[in-house]
Amino acid sequence: MLAKRIIPCLDIKDGQTVKGTNFVNLRQAGDPVELGKAYSEQGADELVYLDITASHEGRKTFTELVKRIAAEISIPFTVGGGIYELQDVDRLLNAGADKVSINSAAIRNPQLVDDIARHFGSQVCVVAIDARQTEKGWKCYLNGGRVETDRYLMEWAREVNDRGAGEILFTSMDHDGVKTGYANQALAELSDLLSIPVIASGGAGKKEHFRDAFLEGKADAALAASVFHFGEIPIPELKHYLCNEGINVRL
Amino acid sequence: MKVAIIKYNAGNIFSVDYALRRLGVEPVITADAEELTGADKVIFPGVGEAATTMDYLRRTGLDQLIKDLKQPVLGICLGMQLMCGHSEEGDVDCLGIFQTDVKRFHPQQHEDKVPHMGWNTLTETRGDLFKGFDKEEFVYFVHSFYVPVNECTAAQTQYIHPFSAAIQKDNFYATQFHPEKSGKTGERILTNFLNL
Repeated sequence: MLAKRIIPCLDIKDGQTVKGTNFVNLRQAGDPVELGKAYSEQGADELVYLDITASHEGRKTFTELVKRIAAEISIPFTVGGGIYELQDVDRLLNAGADKVSINSAAIRNPQLVDDIARHFGSQVCVVAIDARQTEKGWKCYLNGGRVETDRYLMEWAREVNDRGAGEILFTSMDHDGVKTGYANQALAELSDLLSIPVIASGGAGKKEHFRDAFLEGKADAALAASVFHFGEIPIPELKHYLCNEGINVRL
Repeated sequence: MKVAIIKYNAGNIFSVDYALRRLGVEPVITADAEELTGADKVIFPGVGEAATTMDYLRRTGLDQLIKDLKQPVLGICLGMQLMCGHSEEGDVDCLGIFQTDVKRFHPQQHEDKVPHMGWNTLTETRGDLFKGFDKEEFVYFVHSFYVPVNECTAAQTQYIHPFSAAIQKDNFYATQFHPEKSGKTGERILTNFLNL
């Protein structure tokens, strides 16, 4: 049976891992390659590396880092941040990444999703969506949550699904960093709506939150950062817990 | 030991290269006939689309060369599918090393998402690639087309229905999953292949 996936996410700035709380106040959390290797050995199913450096110089550093990750890590990994056109995707896949995650660039230019899917295959194309609940529904945000858009989570997710995205990585900005659980209701709605896998992101604080994301949120994978980086939830312990809760995980 | 990775118009052959290097092997990535036929082991990786890739293999003469190889050959993912008779992807005739056809997954319920992507278990393992396997192990898959279970099946996986996770015939070995992305289990399978 296909396993539910546990995905540590590493935010990278100037070649180092950082993690923000509610997208600000960055704290240092280790060397990206060493950390990735440690997670892989502990049983992480995939890794996500997000480049939050905006500069041109930083992007080159990140590409070099992707090569090191590919050389040393034997599980799939996704990279995101600073991807605006096919050329960026080509560069990162050539450096050894398995998938790319696009966010702001997709909202600004939805055709990019079709283009990535056609050139490299749907499985390569993860569309990340940052959204916040409003009176009118879940609203999408750009640039790490700084810019509000006129798109709504459900209709946007449906559109990128139809355009050929391989997965949706949904981060609830309301839940991110506050450790009170994932946005399970919205996740379940997404999962029912889409024909592609949904990765839950934002809100993990304890093991039960992962269980709820899988059972209530019907997520295919759950992503988290700080609970892993600071050793609050060891991955082997989490996976044994999920297994005991009847969730199919890779042990 | 000389290990050659077949170079052709497919994506992401670097991960196979990296995985072998982690096992202490320095492979050559080549399309050169002499280098390929002279290698001790040949790996036929693949991420891409069947019809365009077959077209490329025919134009370059790699199709006949692969069929004629006598040393152990390992096809991975699309590489495995191209070793079969015919693929529904692009409705194309393939190399025909295995007399079986490649079919598209058809979801039976909402939960059956295509591509089949992620970690799934190997069952009914047999043969050299799975030497030392005494329990069901997880490996990493990404694919929308599959090889049905047939007389050459060396491992099965269940997704929508059982399919061939690996096949073997004579010196030809092939896996639908990516051993180079399957952590320690993948390393064991690659090591078993290198030890043939």
